[in-house]
Amino acid sequence: MIVEQIMEKEVYTLTPKDTLNDALKLMREKNIRHIPIVDEEENIVGLITSHDVKNALPSCLKEENNSAIYDTPIEQFMVKDIIVGHPLDFVEDVALTFYESKISCLPIVSGGKLVGIVTTTDLLTAYIELTGAHQPSSKIDIRLKDKVGTLADVLTLFKKHHANVLSILVFPDTENENSRIISIRVRMMNPLPIIKDLRNNDFEVLWPNLPGVNL
Amino acid sequence: MKNAVFVYSPDQLSYKFSESHPFNHKRLILTMDLLKNIGALSDEDIVPARVATEEEIALVHDPSYIDIVKKAGQGLLTPEQTEPYGIGTEDTPLFPNMHEASCLLVGGTLQAVDYVMQGKSRHALNLGGGLHHGFRGRASGFCIYNDSSIAIRYIQEKYHARVLYVDTDAHHGDGVQWTFYDDPSVCTFSIHETGRYLFPGTGNISERGNGQGYGTSFNFPLEAFTEDDSFLLIYEQALREVIDYFKPDVLFTQNGADAHYFDPLTHLNASMKIYREIPKLAHELAHEYCDGRWIAVGGGGYDMWRVVPRAWSMIWLEMNDLPIPTGKLPEEWLDKWQKEAPVPLIPTWEDPNPLFEPIPRKAEIEEKNAQMLTKALNIIRSEKNSGL
Repeated sequence: MIVEQIMEKEVYTLTPKDTLNDALKLMREKNIRHIPIVDEEENIVGLITSHDVKNALPSCLKEENNSAIYDTPIEQFMVKDIIVGHPLDFVEDVALTFYESKISCLPIVSGGKLVGIVTTTDLLTAYIELTGAHQPSSKIDIRLKDKVGTLADVLTLFKKHHANVLSILVFPDTENENSRIISIRVRMMNPLPIIKDLRNNDFEVLWPNLPGVNL
Repeated sequence: MKNAVFVYSPDQLSYKFSESHPFNHKRLILTMDLLKNIGALSDEDIVPARVATEEEIALVHDPSYIDIVKKAGQGLLTPEQTEPYGIGTEDTPLFPNMHEASCLLVGGTLQAVDYVMQGKSRHALNLGGGLHHGFRGRASGFCIYNDSSIAIRYIQEKYHARVLYVDTDAHHGDGVQWTFYDDPSVCTFSIHETGRYLFPGTGNISERGNGQGYGTSFNFPLEAFTEDDSFLLIYEQALREVIDYFKPDVLFTQNGADAHYFDPLTHLNASMKIYREIPKLAHELAHEYCDGRWIAVGGGGYDMWRVVPRAWSMIWLEMNDLPIPTGKLPEEWLDKWQKEAPVPLIPTWEDPNPLFEPIPRKAEIEEKNAQMLTKALNIIRSEKNSGL
């Protein structure tokens, strides 16, 4: 999956001369946490986050009304040295960037122009799509030896039972480094015939998989 | 007014996929025979199922799907033509006259609805119904037409009543939930094993309804290996709060009996105890909130020898204010069916104690279920506290 498939293309921006109050209003109105700052040519020159805005504003518990701060231009608070991404970046790489740089948003730039934005929310949406049940289905976890061809053997059995596989995930096995856990979502209410067949073929079926509890 | 009617026609057994399929309506015969043996069910209590009309089926299902089901049952279609509609699959295989057989299950539930809504009886039971996975245009999870969705639409159109649908099957009541997801006049309530492993995978607490219907869909997903006490705690507390919040005119319960430890398809560890308590609370609340109007249907239940007959008998006994028996099951019933059963029957109304080895993480499972309940009911509790 690449960034252009998951990025938000309708980006709300402000200019460096807009005020903190403008940023606050836009964040509240659009329910967003990040605003890229662009110049007249739509070149990205900075970024302001809800965190920056909150840090800049006086505490709501303070009585004196220091309204001048609200009218300060954003350029005084925005982050100028920003990391940007490209529409062709892999989503996996974006996740790594967020993780390593401890950031939560990546403006996406192409041809010198801002074309989109990706945030942690977009990444989580992609994760939910990967792991969720979007069609009625059962999930079967199997512990597989780390060996060529085992997955094909498993799937041959699924085919034999006319089982429509909707998704497959492979995880490292925390208990045994010579094996992996594969998690298969299958459009089927009664997976018992498959499970029986898998066990007859010496596959270790974990169904369901709750550490410390064996069926 | 009668107290309760038992809807049944022998032809309801024609809804049959194959000898080896886990869904087998022989359960109905086993249950009725048990009830007759203890003198709790007589011929006067039984009313026949009627055949639902095609118009009634179309209250929920797409005409093109109905057409496929009809033709499939006449052997006019190839698997390539039926599979996109979920028919001719391992779960829901083709069988002759599947349209007609399905219409009789739906008609049974409509019959139950009419008896209750016309004041001919306070309660009504159609154990042949409860096919909660059926979708608008697709068969799913052994269910072709969704009798419960159709019956609720029928109640809306004919009787203009607010319905609370309560689903205690171990699988999420997805078909009914999605049918009324946008509809604020129907509240769906489903307590089930979490969809993390179990079919159909949905039924998360975050599925709360959409648009106008937001806040009228409730899900209580239980951890695998949940036992009686935790199940009942969640069920009772959730149902009491939801019914008080929604204030329905009629209570419609789906009584799948597959949360039992013996059930081969699911991973909950409940015993017969929950099947005593589930209808008891439904009965009490139907009188408290709905002037007694309570329609109950069957549902899942795949240990048809050891679990379903005892579990489903308790719904009928509860409807008729009969005491739930204890001790031995009738010898005659045990002798008659033990010959056919592939497993030793349980000879008593109660389950053996202990029913299973202790579950190592029981306390954590209970704790997680309790946390789930708090999150699931937060929407009601916060509204109450804000005085709205």
